[in-house]
Amino acid sequence: MNEWLDPLLLSRWQFGLTTVYHFLFVPLTIGLAFTVALFQTAWVRTDKAKYLQLTHFFGKIFLINFAMGVVTGIVQEFQFGMNWSDYSRFVGDVFGAPLAFEGITAFFLEATFIGLWIFGWDKLPRGLHLATIWLTTAGSIASAYFILAANAFMQNPVAFRINEERGRAELTSIGELLTNPIALASFPHTIFACFMVSSGLVISVAAWHLLRKQNEDTMRPALKLGMWMMVVSGAITTFFGDSLSLAMTAAQPMKMAAAEAMYKTSTGAEASFSIFTLGTPDGVSELFSIRIPYLLSFLSTHTLNGTVEGINNLQAQYETLYGPGDYTPTIWITYWAFRWMIALGIAHIMVAVVGLWLTRNGRSPKATWVWKIAIWSFPFSLIAMSVGWIFTEMGRQPWLVFGLLRTQDGVSPNVSGLEILISLIAFTLIYGALAVVEFKLILQAVRKGPAPLAEPDPVSGKIKPQVTVY
Amino acid sequence: MDLTILWFWIIAALFIGYFVLDGFDFGVGMSLPFLGKDDLDRRVIINTIGPVWDLNETWLIVAGAALFAAFPEWYATLFSGFYLPLLLILLALILRGVSFEYRHQRPEPEWKKRFDLMIVIGSAVPALLWGVAFSNIVRGVQLDADFNYIGSFFDLLNPYALLGGITTLLLFFTHGVVFISLKTEGDIRQRAQKLAVKSGVITIVVAASFLVWTTFAYGSLATAALAAGAAVALIASFLANLRGFEGWAFTLMAATIALAVLALFASLFPDVMPASNDAANSLNIENASSSPYTLQVMSWTALFAMPVIFLYQGWTYWVLRKRLSRTTVSADVESAVH
Repeated sequence: MNEWLDPLLLSRWQFGLTTVYHFLFVPLTIGLAFTVALFQTAWVRTDKAKYLQLTHFFGKIFLINFAMGVVTGIVQEFQFGMNWSDYSRFVGDVFGAPLAFEGITAFFLEATFIGLWIFGWDKLPRGLHLATIWLTTAGSIASAYFILAANAFMQNPVAFRINEERGRAELTSIGELLTNPIALASFPHTIFACFMVSSGLVISVAAWHLLRKQNEDTMRPALKLGMWMMVVSGAITTFFGDSLSLAMTAAQPMKMAAAEAMYKTSTGAEASFSIFTLGTPDGVSELFSIRIPYLLSFLSTHTLNGTVEGINNLQAQYETLYGPGDYTPTIWITYWAFRWMIALGIAHIMVAVVGLWLTRNGRSPKATWVWKIAIWSFPFSLIAMSVGWIFTEMGRQPWLVFGLLRTQDGVSPNVSGLEILISLIAFTLIYGALAVVEFKLILQAVRKGPAPLAEPDPVSGKIKPQVTVY
Repeated sequence: MDLTILWFWIIAALFIGYFVLDGFDFGVGMSLPFLGKDDLDRRVIINTIGPVWDLNETWLIVAGAALFAAFPEWYATLFSGFYLPLLLILLALILRGVSFEYRHQRPEPEWKKRFDLMIVIGSAVPALLWGVAFSNIVRGVQLDADFNYIGSFFDLLNPYALLGGITTLLLFFTHGVVFISLKTEGDIRQRAQKLAVKSGVITIVVAASFLVWTTFAYGSLATAALAAGAAVALIASFLANLRGFEGWAFTLMAATIALAVLALFASLFPDVMPASNDAANSLNIENASSSPYTLQVMSWTALFAMPVIFLYQGWTYWVLRKRLSRTTVSADVESAVH
């Protein structure tokens, strides 16, 4: 019984569950705010009805989604103190600042202007109303920067000194904290991955309608935009994913070794990237694998003859540095999460490239399976996003702050396992129920398709946008 | 000036911002069963806060993050110590937030009823529990030498804290009802005014007893002055509402909440979480605060950002200044995206 009430284990499950869940909604908020802003800009510049219809249509999906991102985000901020109070005491001086910046500069901006955007259609001049969705987008992107800078500190602590007397890390340079190499790489990697998720949604939705040969006047341009956005943001995500793996290899070599499940230090052709590995159940040695020589060396060092340190070697080094203990993350999770992230990311770009070719110059593939593949873009882009986060956070284990604080030392000492079990169950039930409701509502909005607009004004010839009301 | 003192009062200001703004959201949510006779009424009521509830709730996120950054020990002790009440607040805020967004997505009355209920509960629970939490901070809780809370959940449900909870519940309720009378036209406006009179009487009695208890048990001269100010503002708001000066009634309610929160913070200062078992274990602005450098960085940020924030948030309320009525809302519903 007591094993089940282990506060550390339960807190980890709760943080993992609520974070992965929160980050299903956030990428869609960030990505769709940008997408909707693009559609609305197209409408303001061209006055074409289809762009206004698309703004309203994707705007509605955006709104169904955004409240979930907001309310599950408060949980995230509270959990540091609730479940990880020793962590909060230890890093608050450093980690709190980017969180406070995020609130003051980004969240206020996002929350204020999204309200104006939703309810301001008939209250603001057209240009000013357009500005509100761009400010919402700016706020959502800025918030991602600050939270990634905070997260980067956990992966690669910089800009701090240890105050022995207070037993905590203290900030020495805000500039250095905000330009952590991990943050500089993970920010564009994450933002463009968010754009991949929203492009995935646009592609899925458009393909669903086009397969049924309906709403072609709006859904064809939507599909085209979605696929171009997927290709461009996919390329940028890949580029910064590569920068991130370089920075990561330098800061957290164990994470890279764990991503490859590579036990021995290897150089050049030996530092190969495996596409598939079957290992012994204990995960210590491999039975069978398909490998690409040199690729891991290239990913980690950008040279073909680089040396990539293996898990066993690093484990020994860390034992000398930090004392006895297990410094290896759970290998099967990091290994497979890393692969699924890359494979799904590439698959999405391929789908978009092939899709652009198949639909060039107004062509439309007859084969229904082509459309059906495209429809799966959205769910799989969300999965790619989630496994990417699972990789980077599980790969940080057993550290909470790499080299400074172990996960087991960060948990609240005074919160009982029972209390955490109660909260874990409550979050699971409520989050589960809300996921079902949200999914159904989005599906309902998607099926309905873009709503027809009111007749244009007889005098000006302009179309009036529709208002939103709760 | 010592930045820890500055940040103590900035934290107070952020919580005042949160309670004044989300306070009327809570009141509006709780008033649904009293003022919302039919669906259209309820839509009018919900739409008075539709564009701003998210922005108002963000004050909590900012207050929490500022607490984390400026007083990590306070944040850690408070949030881990009040685990279950905060869990309830979180769950309530989740249900309330999504309900605003979901309730109008489907036409079925059962669907709307479910989300209306969630709005009421999701507003009442935080309105009550924030009062319970802050009263417990003022009253003092049991802390060990590492500043960890060692009391139980039920220790938090003491008479003083419960009275504090009922006080915030009533204050926010009246605040919200006055807000509705300020933001609507027609029958709802009249009914909101009448309801504010009734709830105002109860609020005055309960809030006055809570403020008196606070002043005598935990207060200083400053607490007494601020509490007296809060009481005067509350009574003045009541009178303004009686005479139909809605703008004044609302402003004075906001002043009441601000002064009451200030009174609580004044009675704390310079402690931030007094320990009831051993004064040596108390957290104060010195042993709970961040390093001078972090506070400096944060001070510059706040100095430059806050005026801009006040400007654009104020402008938002100005853009949305028009009163709502059954006519305007039903016209909007007609022409809205379905």
